[in-house]
Amino acid sequence: MATAVEPAVLNKEEILRYSRHLIIPEVGMEGQQKLKQARVLTIGAGGLGAPVGLYLAAAGVGTIGIVDFDVVDFSNLQRQVIHATADVGRSKLESARESITAINSNVKVVGYNTRLDSSNALEIFRGYDLVIDGTDNFPTRYLVNDACVLSKIPNVYASIYRFEGQASVLGLPDGPCYRCWYPEPPPPGLVPSCAEGGVLGVLPGIMGMIQATEAVKLIIGIGEPLKNRVLLVDALNMKFRELKLRKNPHCPVCGDHPTVTALIDYQEFCGLGRGGVAPAAEAASAEAASEERVEVTARELKQELDAGKDVFILDVREPFEFAIGRIANSVLIPLGELPRRMEELDRERTIVAHCKMGGRSAKAVEMLRAAGFPHVRNLTGGILAWSDQVDPSVPKY
Amino acid sequence: MAIKVFIPTPLRAYTDRKVEVEAQGQDVGEVLEHLMQAHPQLRGQLMNPDGQLRSFVNVYLNDEDIRYTGSKKTPVKANDTLSIVPSIAGGCPAAVASGRC
Repeated sequence: MATAVEPAVLNKEEILRYSRHLIIPEVGMEGQQKLKQARVLTIGAGGLGAPVGLYLAAAGVGTIGIVDFDVVDFSNLQRQVIHATADVGRSKLESARESITAINSNVKVVGYNTRLDSSNALEIFRGYDLVIDGTDNFPTRYLVNDACVLSKIPNVYASIYRFEGQASVLGLPDGPCYRCWYPEPPPPGLVPSCAEGGVLGVLPGIMGMIQATEAVKLIIGIGEPLKNRVLLVDALNMKFRELKLRKNPHCPVCGDHPTVTALIDYQEFCGLGRGGVAPAAEAASAEAASEERVEVTARELKQELDAGKDVFILDVREPFEFAIGRIANSVLIPLGELPRRMEELDRERTIVAHCKMGGRSAKAVEMLRAAGFPHVRNLTGGILAWSDQVDPSVPKY
Repeated sequence: MAIKVFIPTPLRAYTDRKVEVEAQGQDVGEVLEHLMQAHPQLRGQLMNPDGQLRSFVNVYLNDEDIRYTGSKKTPVKANDTLSIVPSIAGGCPAAVASGRC
């Protein structure tokens, strides 16, 4: 697995440290030396990157690269166990580096405090034996995939949603890549985020550990990797299922006649504009288009309400979110129920729809406009923006 | 032939939160059609306007991707299971400009 170098020598401290590895026949000194020589790049020091970083450090991987430009947010602590309360506000990269070094100072941490994109990915990936994809959005998933295939580096993949996870090792020689599996990404806004959809904190722990396990196996060269198969984890029912994955001979990146031979614009590929924002409610149905603006800020809405304007505030979140906090006088119709309940709304009234951050309500606005409601607008930034700009007593979550 | 269909988390809102539902058919296409008739909101999630499966939703009969077994014409046997597996990326969708989870 590692590039041809002199076998890494283990000193006495390391031999003691890794003794429980050394006495397993499948690992032994040779396996531990391979771990020491290995260079693993983790993309993201978040939910998936956290257990990966911690356990690969414990296992004695010689070099761990981490790509993360973000800072630790309070809501990360529910699952990103490589960061502690005292790290809130700090660079995730620095926080992760410290945690890894505290576990095992033999590990060399190489940090990339940058957003991964088409201009830097190939350069960053160069020289690593494995990439561990712990990212949280589709454009980066496709970028990591393509960069791994072009660099001929395996991509230890996992992804999560609420209680479910997927894991596979992609980009192995003769194995499928992500595009063989999902040739195209979903349109933006279709799949809710962790912030909107939530995630059981322990789930990325499970999936990250599967990634770390696959990484160790690949480095040492033991066991059967998750090649040509995907492991589906249903944590709620604790069921594990396997599906077959095949390499697509017509895959544009890893197929017999690839058409993608350089990294592309992945924001565009995923249907997003330059700014990474979906052409959301402006694209609302032409028949229902009115001259009014589609977006309103929290401050503007407050001004309208204070001036006595009659505005119907439609909350399209779920009942358990409504229970956390709401805007005064708002009415709840969860987005999933809106298609069959929109006739409860008065077409003549001015309606402002909101959700937590603005994604779901943008869809609600599109839906209502397409159904012929002329006076519907979206509250930009949702109830979080309302809490920031207007009423801090409304809890953020 | 009635078989079990596994519903992934993002689509359970449209099947009254059921994890597994039964649907009838002689081939995968008929089973999916029956499923969408029983749960009409699934149609827009699974199919594009031309009636083709959307490309970020994969369907497996048992453990095989139906793209390799005849797509909607894949025959169905007793005790088969159908799995609907959309792509997921966790974290923030690209559509949320703040990029923060």
